[in-house]
Amino acid sequence: MMTPEDIHELAEAVRSSPRVLAIGAGTKPRLSQIEATKICMQRLQGIIEYDPGEFTFTALAGTPLAEIAAALAAKQQYLPFDPPLIGAGATLGGTVAAGLSGPGRFRFGGVRDFILGVRYIDGAGRVLRMGGKVVKNAAGFDLPKFFVGSLGRFGVLAELTFKVFPRPASSMTLRLSSADIHSSLNMLRSISRGRWEVEALDILPRSFDIALRIAGPEAALPLLATDLLAHFDGAKLSNEEAATLWEDLREFRWVPPDAALLKIPVALDQLLALYSSHLGDSIHVSAGGNVAWLATPRTTQWPAMTLRGNSPLWTAPTQRPAIWQSIKTAMDPEQRFPTLDP
Amino acid sequence: MPAALQRLAQILPADRLLTSAAELAAYESDGLTAFRTRPLAIAVPETQEEVIALVRLCHELQLHFVARGSGTSLSGGSLPVVGGIVITLNRLNRILKLDPDQRLAIVEPGVINSQVTTAATPHDLHYAPDPSSQSICTIGGNVAFNSGGAHCLKYGMTSNHVLGIKAVLATGEVVQFGGESRESIGPDACGLFTGNEGLFGIALEITLQLLPRAESFHTVLAGYQTLEQAGDAVSAVIAAGLLPGAMEIMDALALNAAKAAVHAEYPPGCEAVLIVELEGPRESVAIEKQSLEAILTASRPVEMRPARDAKERLAIWKGRKSAFSAVGRLSPDFIVQDGVVPRRRLGEALRRIDSMSKEAGIRVANVFHAGDGNLHPLILFNGREEGALERAEDLAGRILKMCVEMGGSITGEHGIGVEKREFLADMFNQYEIDAMLRLRAAFDPHGIANPGKMFPGKEAPSLSHHGLHPLEKAGIISRE
Repeated sequence: MMTPEDIHELAEAVRSSPRVLAIGAGTKPRLSQIEATKICMQRLQGIIEYDPGEFTFTALAGTPLAEIAAALAAKQQYLPFDPPLIGAGATLGGTVAAGLSGPGRFRFGGVRDFILGVRYIDGAGRVLRMGGKVVKNAAGFDLPKFFVGSLGRFGVLAELTFKVFPRPASSMTLRLSSADIHSSLNMLRSISRGRWEVEALDILPRSFDIALRIAGPEAALPLLATDLLAHFDGAKLSNEEAATLWEDLREFRWVPPDAALLKIPVALDQLLALYSSHLGDSIHVSAGGNVAWLATPRTTQWPAMTLRGNSPLWTAPTQRPAIWQSIKTAMDPEQRFPTLDP
Repeated sequence: MPAALQRLAQILPADRLLTSAAELAAYESDGLTAFRTRPLAIAVPETQEEVIALVRLCHELQLHFVARGSGTSLSGGSLPVVGGIVITLNRLNRILKLDPDQRLAIVEPGVINSQVTTAATPHDLHYAPDPSSQSICTIGGNVAFNSGGAHCLKYGMTSNHVLGIKAVLATGEVVQFGGESRESIGPDACGLFTGNEGLFGIALEITLQLLPRAESFHTVLAGYQTLEQAGDAVSAVIAAGLLPGAMEIMDALALNAAKAAVHAEYPPGCEAVLIVELEGPRESVAIEKQSLEAILTASRPVEMRPARDAKERLAIWKGRKSAFSAVGRLSPDFIVQDGVVPRRRLGEALRRIDSMSKEAGIRVANVFHAGDGNLHPLILFNGREEGALERAEDLAGRILKMCVEMGGSITGEHGIGVEKREFLADMFNQYEIDAMLRLRAAFDPHGIANPGKMFPGKEAPSLSHHGLHPLEKAGIISRE
């Protein structure tokens, strides 16, 4: 394990070994379970620039999300996509490399929609910058987006620039009761098309109930909540209950210790089949039905990425088009980073 | 008949392979009218299979091709290549699927931007990206150039709304990136493809996310004595924690143009006008509009005009959206520039543009997306004057360099295209440009897809002046 202290040492670390993989806090252990010299990113931490008036910050990749969230909160701002595992110590770079977004991604988009720029080390050990540092930029190829979900297989992220939003003055969480998956899905359909502009819309694990969050000016929320509860059966949660509910989801506390945790991108019309094929397993459906987090002691036939536990990194693998190999060769000609498919 | 044309004729019937001088002339230029180039032929496919066959033939023959939608690119993104072909995608214009539950539409590249919203409206949904040319520009072009619009601060650009892309790459390979889910696993290739400026290949099917149409709007027009005051008002709105759907500023010259063109009315004695639009559920907007009114009142406007109904709101936007073509009434010719500066430096940027404009003796009108620091200086000139275009280009270039110097970007939403390729090196160093070139070569080893765009190069087409785009003169398109 190498532990570089700055970007130049990071570049040297990349050059020093024929096969390297960067790891952050290790909160998604399955992603880095692969033969390679590990580069520990935890010393490369800190916020380099944060200008609330610009809605942007730049931080080193090893910076814990918790530190970023605290700095943003002090200026009434936030990353609207609720990055997961923040309490477990997840880093900004690890979140980008894993491509993970939490329930809040429903309203304004996920990690891919808030990343603006990257500084990274390519396979030849060069420090390169792509993207930009302002909220709007269309210059050059959008490599920052490509790094989202890239698992360190195309370069080592050193520094990231993100867009942030003003934190709504207030938020409120409702829990809507549902007896079965059919009624949960009907609620997802109506609410995601509705006028309320909810921030988060999830089906809770070990239940068919819906958790939804609305946000905005404090005085508007009771009115919106009353209207929602006139359409759907449920109740408001207290602030404490709401905080616990979202935190438990964000930290995957509902996942049994012996189960593997998998991310399955889905569309609404696939969810019924997903639930049927995993009777007995716990599923948390998030982002209005666009992603399912599955906890299972086995694995799955659905295309998924395993974050932890005993399941292949990619389940149900299919042959990737030839372009993937060409991109890999272009960015990492010496194959210094592991291949995407183990 | 050249061999390439014979092979093309095996794919397309004669009436969809245009080669006569008169037919080619219509495709010589796009929204960047200062450039024109005559291609070998125009291919007019009607099916995805024909597009794939054309690209595979180009790959085999190493024949250059330029994909084109409605030709509204302001950076010369669809400028033809001498000896190459233009593949027009306007006839691939079907909306293949509209799923109101999953809130998505799958469209072919020739579908017009505003048609997506039209199709989604019965379901109370809309497609958010709204470039000024939205009534004519195509989704394929929007994807290639990652187009923006007036609502980017809150909703992002085209790439934030593209969930999936089926494309034929310049190698002839057909790929599917992303899909119907808003989430994905593995590297975000769909995000990489969006904004490739036509250098990777041609999108055949694009999956777009739709958003619920906001239930209510509150649009305010505020007039100020100085541009700086208008800029300060923007900062105050941001500092208060509001997230308006749009914040736009027009300066005096742009206001005069809009008055002349669409009889827009603005408070007298104003050097700048700010438009702020809130949107959302009625309960939230009702409260936020009070905060907005307090903030704007404190910013000491000459006058504040909240839109009282949908008609007044549309009138405010009509004045704003017509500003570019309206400037055509003040000057025989103009260049639309597209740069970004950090928002806090907007005032400083405008002062420097003003002094550069005075120094050069060239009038510059400013219309911009103030919320995200995206400037659109309109540089006025008379192309009949010897050297006027070159002087205007020179000023445009200096404005871009200033944007980079201030920590911004050489393009917010128009792309690099032909227009700004010499400025790419102001933002990226040689290693970075090399890395992008290697990536391009991965998608297009022969360099046949839209060559001469994005990257600095020798084979620059020559500048030639020929005034406003005919569609612009007719008021159908506008530049933004």
